[in-house]
Amino acid sequence: MNSRLLKRIAGKIGFTILLVAILLFTVFPFYYAILTSFKSGSELFTVEYWISSVDFANYAAVLGQGSFVKSIWNSVLVSFATVLIAMGFGLTAAYALGRVQFRGRSAVLMIVLAVSMFPQVAVLSGLFEVIRAMNLYNDPLALIFSYTIFTLPFTVWILTTFMRQLPKELEEAAIVDGASPLTTLFKVFVPLMWPAMATTGLLAFIAAWNEFLFALTFTLTDDQRTVPVAIALITGGSQHELPWGNLMAASVIVTVPLVVLVLIFQRRIVSGLTAGAVKG
Amino acid sequence: MTHSTPAPAETEALGTSPTASSPARRRPSRVHRQRLRAAWLFLIPMLLVLAAVAGWPLLRTIWFSFTDASFASISEYNWVGLENYLVYDDGMWFGVLADPAWWQSVWNTLFFTVVSVGLETVLGLIIALTLNAQFRGRGLIRAATLIPWAVPTIVSAKMWGWMLHDQFGIINDLLMTLGIIAEPLNWTANADLSMWAVIMVDVWKTTPFMALLTLAALQMLPSDCYEAAKVDGIHPVKVFFRVTLPLITPALMVAIIFRVLDALRVFDVIYVLTSNSEDTMSMSVYARQQLVQFQDVGYGSAASTVLFLIIALATITYLYLGRKQIGGEA
Repeated sequence: MNSRLLKRIAGKIGFTILLVAILLFTVFPFYYAILTSFKSGSELFTVEYWISSVDFANYAAVLGQGSFVKSIWNSVLVSFATVLIAMGFGLTAAYALGRVQFRGRSAVLMIVLAVSMFPQVAVLSGLFEVIRAMNLYNDPLALIFSYTIFTLPFTVWILTTFMRQLPKELEEAAIVDGASPLTTLFKVFVPLMWPAMATTGLLAFIAAWNEFLFALTFTLTDDQRTVPVAIALITGGSQHELPWGNLMAASVIVTVPLVVLVLIFQRRIVSGLTAGAVKG
Repeated sequence: MTHSTPAPAETEALGTSPTASSPARRRPSRVHRQRLRAAWLFLIPMLLVLAAVAGWPLLRTIWFSFTDASFASISEYNWVGLENYLVYDDGMWFGVLADPAWWQSVWNTLFFTVVSVGLETVLGLIIALTLNAQFRGRGLIRAATLIPWAVPTIVSAKMWGWMLHDQFGIINDLLMTLGIIAEPLNWTANADLSMWAVIMVDVWKTTPFMALLTLAALQMLPSDCYEAAKVDGIHPVKVFFRVTLPLITPALMVAIIFRVLDALRVFDVIYVLTSNSEDTMSMSVYARQQLVQFQDVGYGSAASTVLFLIIALATITYLYLGRKQIGGEA
């Protein structure tokens, strides 16, 4: 055997090891959560690497809790409403920012970018006062309101990027026909923007679904919470008696829909993330 | 990287386009006025929402930082000046800036930011370079890298909390089986280890983001200089450091800055994994503990304001550098 062949084989083996390492690194923790969620009782306290038995007792226990099911509904409601609101305000703003040249445009873009950098804690007490004044404390509506602080800026940002890439001939015809800007937006652009809107909507949905700090602070009782808070607050008798089986079942329940969505739309998500970040 | 999408100044907009032929000059200006009005009509609702949800609350937070407001009765407060920040009383300094716990949280946040963003960049680069190669099953691996990104932070913190469990955790089991450690380690409670546990979870969760952004940058590189390097027989490692890395640095910097700004406001993973332990407390955790748990809105707002100033400084630096970069390319 000559040394070149040997080198190539070594390279192949090294590459395969790298691939396996990447796959283990990314997938194993979630796999292990699924594995744990199928265990019950004392099985939990022996470490296993392979799924040996499938027991849905933890899932039954979690879904049997009225408050957990309610928190799933709260999360669904809050996330969908957040996406709708971000889309409504975002599309119109992105049309103005992406298609019309006017003075102050870059200032508006800077404001949008600056808000997306806001640390959530920095607005916590001010937002708490606003929410109390609107009588929305301990109400999922407060979350829909407050989540626009992070969904709206990046919706505007990404949609503006996409809107700019569309050819201007599209609009010219509509303007010659005397269509109003609102008609132009909804009749000409929105039908072409579906892919971008799906991407942005998905990113906004995931952000709202995963949000924790506002949800923890602005809700108080079990049946008003969203799932991240519900999971974080699952407790046993003490730190060492956490019901890990239930916890992992709950984690899998709230994560599987996201993972499925992400895997279906992976190309869109990648393009959305790069559009959001690359446009600096 | 930025040349992939036009910079704002290059965008052609209707109505102001200099190519509008002279006979039609009057019409575009009327259309243009109509479009301008529409643009502002479209922008004002969004700006009002941002003002209500971000601008006003931020101003109120800054205002509260000069008062003694409390969480329970947020509408009754007295002006206390700079007392929440720093005050000299009876031979002692008080206030956020004199609190060792605050400085500990500043240090923790900076340490967390530098180490986790550094590790994420390196690991993300390795994964991106791997995914950039041609091999069977590439789609599968790329899909797999998206999983950690999709998992909610709270869930990833709990999942890792279980894997790092001192008695029944799989990581201790694995390390003991491999003979790396003799005794199980208490990852989340041990003062020397808990920050590393937090970093581990964050690296797992956000490396995919870095990997995908880096991969996007790699895929836009021109292939001709690689062919030239190959013909000249230059070693791939040298090509990487001399050609690839300089070319993707602008995109990498944008991704790093996004991550840095994100890491500076870290809250979820630390709060869930190690709760309010001082060994891992970040600035956000500190501020929220003062605000909600200790009900001290004035003092907590002062801490929040300092955090805001730190992030604002980082953002302004970023905008300045970003503008310089765009200006350099135009």
